[in-house]
Amino acid sequence: MTEAAQLQVSDEVAIIIQNMNKWYGSFHVLRDIDLTVNRGERIVICGPSGSGKSTLIRCINALEEHQAGSIEVDGTLLSSDLKNIDKIRSEVGMCFQHFNLFPHLTILENCTLAPIWVRKTPKKEAEETAMHFLAKVKIPEQADKYPGQLSGGQQQRVAIARSLCMRPRIMLFDEPTSALDPEMIKEVLDTMIELAEDGMTMLCVTHEMGFARQVANRVIFMDAGQIVEQNEPEEFFNNPKSDRTKLFLSQILGH
Amino acid sequence: MTDTNVSFVRHEQIPPSPPPARESGVIKWARENLFSNWFNSILTIIALYFIIRLVWGAAPWFLNGVWDAASIRECRDILAAAGKETGACFAVLVDRWDHLLFGFKYPADAYWRPTLAFILLLFAAAPALFYMYVPRRFLLLTAAYPFIAYWLIWGGSLWVPIFVAAAIIATGFVFRIVENMSVSLRTYLAAVVGVAAGIGLAYLLFSGAQELRFIAGSIGGEGLRVIPFALFWAASIFTYIFFIPMGIFVGYTIYQSGEDGGLVTLVTALLAIFVMLAYLLGPVAAGLNFIIPLELSAVPSRDMGGYMLSLILGTVCVSLSIPLGIVLALGRQSRMPLIKGVCVVFIEFVRGVPLITLLFVANVMLAYFMPPQTNFDLILRVIIMITMFSSAYIAEVIRGGLAALPKGQYEAADSLGLNYTQATRLIILPQALKISIPGIVNVAVGLFKDTTLVSVISMFDVVGMIRGPIQQSTDWISIYWEVYGFAAVCFFIVCYGISQYSQWLERQLATDHR
Ligand SMILES: Nc1ncnc2c1ncn2[C@@H]1O[C@H](COP(=O)(O)OP(=O)(O)OP(=O)(O)O)[C@@H](O)[C@H]1O
Ligand SMILES: [Mg+2]
Repeated sequence: MTEAAQLQVSDEVAIIIQNMNKWYGSFHVLRDIDLTVNRGERIVICGPSGSGKSTLIRCINALEEHQAGSIEVDGTLLSSDLKNIDKIRSEVGMCFQHFNLFPHLTILENCTLAPIWVRKTPKKEAEETAMHFLAKVKIPEQADKYPGQLSGGQQQRVAIARSLCMRPRIMLFDEPTSALDPEMIKEVLDTMIELAEDGMTMLCVTHEMGFARQVANRVIFMDAGQIVEQNEPEEFFNNPKSDRTKLFLSQILGH
Repeated sequence: MTDTNVSFVRHEQIPPSPPPARESGVIKWARENLFSNWFNSILTIIALYFIIRLVWGAAPWFLNGVWDAASIRECRDILAAAGKETGACFAVLVDRWDHLLFGFKYPADAYWRPTLAFILLLFAAAPALFYMYVPRRFLLLTAAYPFIAYWLIWGGSLWVPIFVAAAIIATGFVFRIVENMSVSLRTYLAAVVGVAAGIGLAYLLFSGAQELRFIAGSIGGEGLRVIPFALFWAASIFTYIFFIPMGIFVGYTIYQSGEDGGLVTLVTALLAIFVMLAYLLGPVAAGLNFIIPLELSAVPSRDMGGYMLSLILGTVCVSLSIPLGIVLALGRQSRMPLIKGVCVVFIEFVRGVPLITLLFVANVMLAYFMPPQTNFDLILRVIIMITMFSSAYIAEVIRGGLAALPKGQYEAADSLGLNYTQATRLIILPQALKISIPGIVNVAVGLFKDTTLVSVISMFDVVGMIRGPIQQSTDWISIYWEVYGFAAVCFFIVCYGISQYSQWLERQLATDHR
């Protein structure tokens, strides 16, 4: 058994997506998505390019609007009500492919901004929290630099620390390593593994299958806007059921 | 093998020797920059020739300059007596120094007031311009400055600017209170405010329609009269029919938004400041002045002139048009069609009209739009027009900056839970403005120089002073180079200063290390 199995998954529900559909104009991006995520689950989402993986996780924190069905995060129903959206966004952290750090602020300011303005944390306390998480991602000594002075891997770890400073209960990752050079991928994945070991609920779009095997307790395969297959990593990789999954796995594991 | 003590590494350093003469200092620089190849050498020689010719020609004019004479004739006599062919007559600057700086009608015993206001401006601007070095609390000085400067330059009762400042602060409190009100209380307020704003708007439209008829009566030749009349009657009838439904609609919209809060808060604050300024300002200021008179002799706007007027117009218009430009640029990006539409129409209209037209409108037309008895200050009208004009340009510059920001910045701000105001203020604007600095400075410098256009609508700014009272006086008739040269120097100093400041600011803000 993998290490992942040893990590606790509670019965408490974190996210419920029911019958969710989304269109871009007349293009049907997401079709009848049903997904329930329990607290402490680590879910890896994979699938061919354009299958709607990014769109799915961006719907969870309302960066994209869905047109049908329901999404409930931590018991809050996502509607067009701005208060609910702000509440959910402050509970859900997100890391992007291109880091999206704020280039005009120092690393420390990047990390303290949201706690100070959204959570109204006193500045001193926010800075202590920020230094704690920067130490956790192993770059406390860079706190006073600007994002432009850091390597890609360091920037992505800062982005993770920045999300963690809001003390989110759920973390979303959209291909966090795919803009990185191979030698930097490991440092980011290590950070994410630690996060998983701390019991964070994580949804991660990635093609790092080693990471999926080691950390995930469920792998979801998407194609053409649908969830085609989901299973425990061992089963998923060794025993894929649908043909599309087999084809996809043979392509990405082939080389 | 013999046991010799040979060392392969030198033990002592060779003392450094200066590089050969042709590789250092002036000669090296000249060789690299001026004579690097035959083509550059020829260009250098040609350029040198022209520079020398220019200096040779201009130097005697400067050096022979006469600084002490009462008129241009006396000046020429002095030059002729000294047997000099050419020479500047700087005496005009000495003779008309006061007029060039303050205009010819500003009372001489009050010159210290604008001078003091100018010195204070340097202190008041510093906390804003050098915000990274000056503690934030000094910004209070910057905020208080407009009121102090107004009182110093225009004079009158100090209670007027104090009351206006108090009204602005009070409006801030009203905004806060309404914002934090319980929903049910705010709904009651929304009903009251909605009725008031609806009636107010209807009344505005009503009096506007009457003004239209007045304008129609006063323009157009005999034959052409029909067209403006027809147009304005159509517009007036439209207003007459619709002013009540409009009022009801506006009132109802505000009432509806009671639960949500934003619109009610804004409208209540606007109504509060309107009531304070329109109905309370006069009596309260007069009353206070009666108890404790704090008065400087009042100077009317038409007595302002000289470089002082240029500086007033430049400073006020630049500092107003940047915030207005930001609002317009953000409005143009808004997802609300009404706001977006208003901003687009405003920007496109104002950009499509020459500034001089707007100034003529300010001079002549705006007076028509006001109820007959109100005396709407000319400088204020000009400030409104120039500010409108340059804010449209600044809005477009800033829109470029906003468009240059990657979408990821908006998304990162959203995903952290920042609301629109916070994201705009903390993430979007600092970056967009930084990108826009060169463009904004471009507009600001242009604006400052364009203030000289007011000389065309018979205001006596520094150029107006020269064109009018100086060149047309018998003493200094047909004097050109000295006075226009002076004006050029005045403007150059400020414009070059702005340009240097902006370059310094850009270096300060360079954090992206691309
Ligand atoms: N703003 C948009 N407007 C219209 N279509 C869009 C938009 N964003 C994405 N799409 C389309 O939606 C589909 C799903 O996009 P999405 O970004 O979710 O794919 P993905 O699975 O994340 O792919 P990748 O692995 O390349 O990141 C794609 O076909 C894309 O072309
Ligand atoms: Mg994607």
